[in-house]
Amino acid sequence: MKLMEYQSRQLLSEFGIPIPEAEVCDTGDEAAAIQSRLGGMVVIKAQVLSGGRGKAGGVRIARTPEEARTVASRILGLEIGGQKVRRLLVSRAVKSVKEYYLSVSVDRNSRGLELVFSDKGGITIEEAAADHPGRIRHLSLDPFGGPEAASFLAGIDAGAIGEDIARRVLGIASSLFRLCSERGCVLAEINPLSLEEGGTLVALDAKLVLDDNAVPMHPELASFRNPEEYGSDENEAREASLSYVGLDGNIGCMVNGAGLSMATMDLIKHYGASPANFLDIGGSSNPEKVVKAFSILTRNPGVKAILVNIFGGITRCDDVANGIVKARSMIEIKVPTVIRLIGTNDGKAREILAGAGIEAYSDLGEAIRRVVAFAGGVSA
Amino acid sequence: MSILVDGDTKVIVQGITGRDGSFHARSMLAYGTKVVGGVTPGKGGQRLDELPVFDGVGEAVKATGATATVIFVPAAFASAAIREAADSDLSLIVCITEGIPLMEAARNYRYAKDRGKVLVGPNCPGLITPGHCKIGIMPGQIHAAGRVGVISRSGTLTYEIVHALTAAGIGQSTCIGIGGDPITGLSFVEVLEMFERDPGTDAVVLIGEIGGEAEEEAAEYVRKSLSKRVVAFIAGRTAPAEKKMGHAGAIISGSRGTAESKIKAFREAGVTVVDRPDQVPEALRG
Repeated sequence: MKLMEYQSRQLLSEFGIPIPEAEVCDTGDEAAAIQSRLGGMVVIKAQVLSGGRGKAGGVRIARTPEEARTVASRILGLEIGGQKVRRLLVSRAVKSVKEYYLSVSVDRNSRGLELVFSDKGGITIEEAAADHPGRIRHLSLDPFGGPEAASFLAGIDAGAIGEDIARRVLGIASSLFRLCSERGCVLAEINPLSLEEGGTLVALDAKLVLDDNAVPMHPELASFRNPEEYGSDENEAREASLSYVGLDGNIGCMVNGAGLSMATMDLIKHYGASPANFLDIGGSSNPEKVVKAFSILTRNPGVKAILVNIFGGITRCDDVANGIVKARSMIEIKVPTVIRLIGTNDGKAREILAGAGIEAYSDLGEAIRRVVAFAGGVSA
Repeated sequence: MSILVDGDTKVIVQGITGRDGSFHARSMLAYGTKVVGGVTPGKGGQRLDELPVFDGVGEAVKATGATATVIFVPAAFASAAIREAADSDLSLIVCITEGIPLMEAARNYRYAKDRGKVLVGPNCPGLITPGHCKIGIMPGQIHAAGRVGVISRSGTLTYEIVHALTAAGIGQSTCIGIGGDPITGLSFVEVLEMFERDPGTDAVVLIGEIGGEAEEEAAEYVRKSLSKRVVAFIAGRTAPAEKKMGHAGAIISGSRGTAESKIKAFREAGVTVVDRPDQVPEALRG
């Protein structure tokens, strides 16, 4: 679950990390009022989930209320990364002496936590990664204790930035670690971490990614969810505990299990058509979930045929069969549907389906060739 | 012969009085697994059929002589269950639970490793040595005893391939699902090492998917150190980038974690990579 900058700031501040004074708004008039309150130069920033805001014209400076109003209105008209800008952050401008990069994240390769620091932060971080990989320091962290002073100072080369500043960076790193621990955050990145003229460190921009699996354990995090992170079908599927990803092919897929779902999509492509979606109905699938899945699939005008592929384990084929029969009575399914069932209670499932005049395959290859033929693909 | 579990493995079930725990405790028993008891805090002294239920893992191990545990505890309590098991005398911990946050997964991994325990999962179907011991949720009847090891990140796709193997008369030594999360207790490489050492395994089927670099690392290990034949299938060739495909770990990030990269790595390591699950038996023979 990706957070927008203003949401990330809220969590940083909760964990004691200094951030510049700022307010959120969604009109030019409000932006002008905020500029007057903050006084002096402000930075007006589009609040969207995608990166590259600056290049897209979504980050601009204003010095007067009038300028703030004009700039804000212009940014509010933009579309960045396919997302319309609806919200702005108006922030006091900070004079940086130096810009650093600091992040704490869960690292799948080492199966642990990683801290990344660079003294070449800001928008140049990607250049730094390419041209001066040595200036980007990777440290592994104890997942229970977080950053430990001696190895942190040695690891980020404290001598190069000054021991005193390095110790203050450590303080912020420890706060990021606590944030990750206590809010189930999988990436907490501050870029730039700015060193101001007075010697204070301030997080000028931050990107946080929360763990979807942490939300049920911290219900207060649910309010951070931005519906625009996913399509409306994906959101609706998630509400029903289905896992759905929309694609642009012509065969709607309904499968149990993530690996088998992906393999089914790949096979559809292999036999000459293309999948319209990924849809995993999950483990113990009750008939209601199957009905919901059909209603999402049949809504897609690109779908020319539907394939249901179930390998029963925890999922009982008869539950799915009942769901299919129920869906047919509730929803008008205008496209041909091919069903493949095997595993737990498949005999019972076949009886249920036969009672409703529906045929079911047991061989996967056969079922896929059939559905591809229905969709007008090359394989019959 | 087999890896990790055999006919002597004694198993307890953490979360045995829950819906999934009780169902699968019975199903494992019916398969012939030596399930010796279970744990549900607050329900010590009760029984599930003939099986004694204990309040804690330490107590259960002491009373039953169990050597392995399988965890069916909801995600919010699963990490505590894993660490309780790691603190006991058990040597093998299998966690079926899906939905453990990654920060916790990183801690669970470290906790088990520091105590010398083997952790399988989380978010996995478990493992089975056909004919002897099933610890997990896979349908037992699709398996047959034999000499091919199977490793996978997924559940039902593994069933599909195991079903094809059995139908073709190819039995399995041990089939193990390492789990679909980005952080799992066992990696492909660690399981390949076990199969390499196992005299009961002649060849290995590896079922990978998009996301992470575990398959690339496995390919490197095969190239350098594995003497046995490997056939691989990689799911997710048609998956778009930056989208989680059901499994928390199945995500292409930027240009990393693609099926192409994994297939290429395996082919360069001399592994036969098949395009369809039903081609696995033929590739093993060929």
